[in-house]
Amino acid sequence: MTTPTPDTVMRIRGLVTRFGGHLVHDGVDLDVYRGEVLGVVGASGSGKSVLLKAVVGLVHPSAGRIEVLGHDIGALSEARRIALQARYGVLFQDGALFSSLTVGQNVAVPLVEHTDLSPAMIEEVARVKIAMVGLPADAALKYPSQLSGGMRKRAGLARALALDPEILLLDEPTAGLDPIGAAAFDQLIGSLKHGLGLTVFMVTHDIDSLAAICDRIAVLNGRKLLVGTLTSLQQQPDRWIRDYFGGPRGRAALRTGA
Amino acid sequence: MTADQDWLTSVSDSGTLVLAASGGWTLAAATPLTAMLNGVQPKSDRTTRVRLDLSRLDALDTVGALLMRQFRDRMTAEGLAVMIVNVRPEHIALIEAVWRAADSERVVPPKRRPIMDAIENAGRGSLRALSDSVELISYFGLVITTMVRVLIHPKRLRFTALIYHMDHTGLRCLPILGLLSFLIGVVLAYQGAEQLRRLAAEIYVVNLLALSILREIGILITAIIVAGRSGSAFTAQIGTMKVNQEIDAMRTIGLDPIEMLVVPRILALMLVMPLLTFFANMIALLGGATMSYILLDINFYQFVNQMRIPIDFWDATVAMIKAPVFALVIGMVGCYEGLLVSGSAESVGLRTTKSVVESIFLVIVLNAFFSVVFQIIHI
Repeated sequence: MTTPTPDTVMRIRGLVTRFGGHLVHDGVDLDVYRGEVLGVVGASGSGKSVLLKAVVGLVHPSAGRIEVLGHDIGALSEARRIALQARYGVLFQDGALFSSLTVGQNVAVPLVEHTDLSPAMIEEVARVKIAMVGLPADAALKYPSQLSGGMRKRAGLARALALDPEILLLDEPTAGLDPIGAAAFDQLIGSLKHGLGLTVFMVTHDIDSLAAICDRIAVLNGRKLLVGTLTSLQQQPDRWIRDYFGGPRGRAALRTGA
Repeated sequence: MTADQDWLTSVSDSGTLVLAASGGWTLAAATPLTAMLNGVQPKSDRTTRVRLDLSRLDALDTVGALLMRQFRDRMTAEGLAVMIVNVRPEHIALIEAVWRAADSERVVPPKRRPIMDAIENAGRGSLRALSDSVELISYFGLVITTMVRVLIHPKRLRFTALIYHMDHTGLRCLPILGLLSFLIGVVLAYQGAEQLRRLAAEIYVVNLLALSILREIGILITAIIVAGRSGSAFTAQIGTMKVNQEIDAMRTIGLDPIEMLVVPRILALMLVMPLLTFFANMIALLGGATMSYILLDINFYQFVNQMRIPIDFWDATVAMIKAPVFALVIGMVGCYEGLLVSGSAESVGLRTTKSVVESIFLVIVLNAFFSVVFQIIHI
């Protein structure tokens, strides 16, 4: 998967975020390369989700710059930022589907908003996206409250993929799923990435997902970020990282994954 | 991916329509590309095959792959054999994935039947209303028996909770209730004064104020404010506990949520409501007296003296009879709707709205009922 000169789709330099007096990130640097799956891990409260929100533009950093697809998102005008947003898809925890719309309408929302496709074509694209994420055809007519947690995540993924984004951001995609559902979701992300040529930025707690589909792993620890592969991170002297990957769950996942 | 770019060029040789795709077949180009693909027609009746050459295709996304599929299906339906050649390796996986997804069945929403649906909804609504009222009555019974049990064994009463709710529903309600009652008194006096001055019967403003405030307005304004302020709070508090599974946790520990949550709230409201009503009555009269003094030059001494003429014992106390009943209704509805909250945060909002609407509705209906009954028994 690695090319000799990797194409950087996302570049974070010196990111500092703080809420009131609480410092979340202090000088985070991160590059995300085209076509890779990057897993972001860290203890609860270490600012993984805040990092994702900063990349998407929902949280404004106190300092530092974030470039997505060559644009500094802090410096963009509102209209340009919205246009850029169409080039990445976000899957929030538990899908974040609009509860008043059916799954089909949910997937159609970005298409209606951002494209000039005919209604028939939008319906057709939505149907294909719903099938691509492995939902049964009749799910399109259901409301989010009628779906299970795993199906809601898949539906959220279909909506995130509606505009054929180049970058897919996932916030804990396997949290709350049973092991079979989580493994199936990992597989789905892997196959979609392969089929659609996606770059995936994934915040996760799930060490099995890391082993199964992530090319590189970024560890948020003590407000700083450390990037490496599974094997290189295991050699790290840092106590928390060693415990994370060397603990019983970590070892089990690595045995089967590697 | 500009508009003047060619996505498709066609060359025809005998029996085969040869098409070369170029540029980007992507979402951004979907509309002109669709028009172009729809414009492709077999050159003659002798054409039996279509060859789509993708060697010069720069970019492809799911929409492009879907359009390609739709084009193939249309050509196949016209009896032509479609071949897609020179597909780049990176496009193969995408085309396969999209085409597999495109094979999924189309589901159409069930047709609407306006008349039948209306009948069905009416039926379902009636049945639901019936089961709702049965449930409400059994809940009412449950709360009353629990309350009686608590009153017989006062040790079971959550005294801290009772005081807490009396503070929140009573004491903290005083500023807003006082302000609104005062304003209502002012408005009533103002309107009354305008009319009665024409008859040179200004002094009867006092009768009007005293009777209407003490019998109806004071208690109504109190009940409406309490329903909006405390009834909704009960629903939201208990509903949030339900969402957090706190109610389930209570049950597993052997605590009765009715005894723990509902009884202290309702009792607190029943104790506090007569006091609030008395407070609202006095402040509304004060507002009326202030306005009478300003507009009609009736001083406070005259006001109180005149007030004693139309007011008998019952006029001064009917509101205190209504107050605990309204408190019971508001507290019951508020807690009941809170307990009906189902798993989601959404239903907390829904139930809170419902609780306020229902309790204000019930209060006004009950108030009318009380008026009739008091009229009949002459109090």
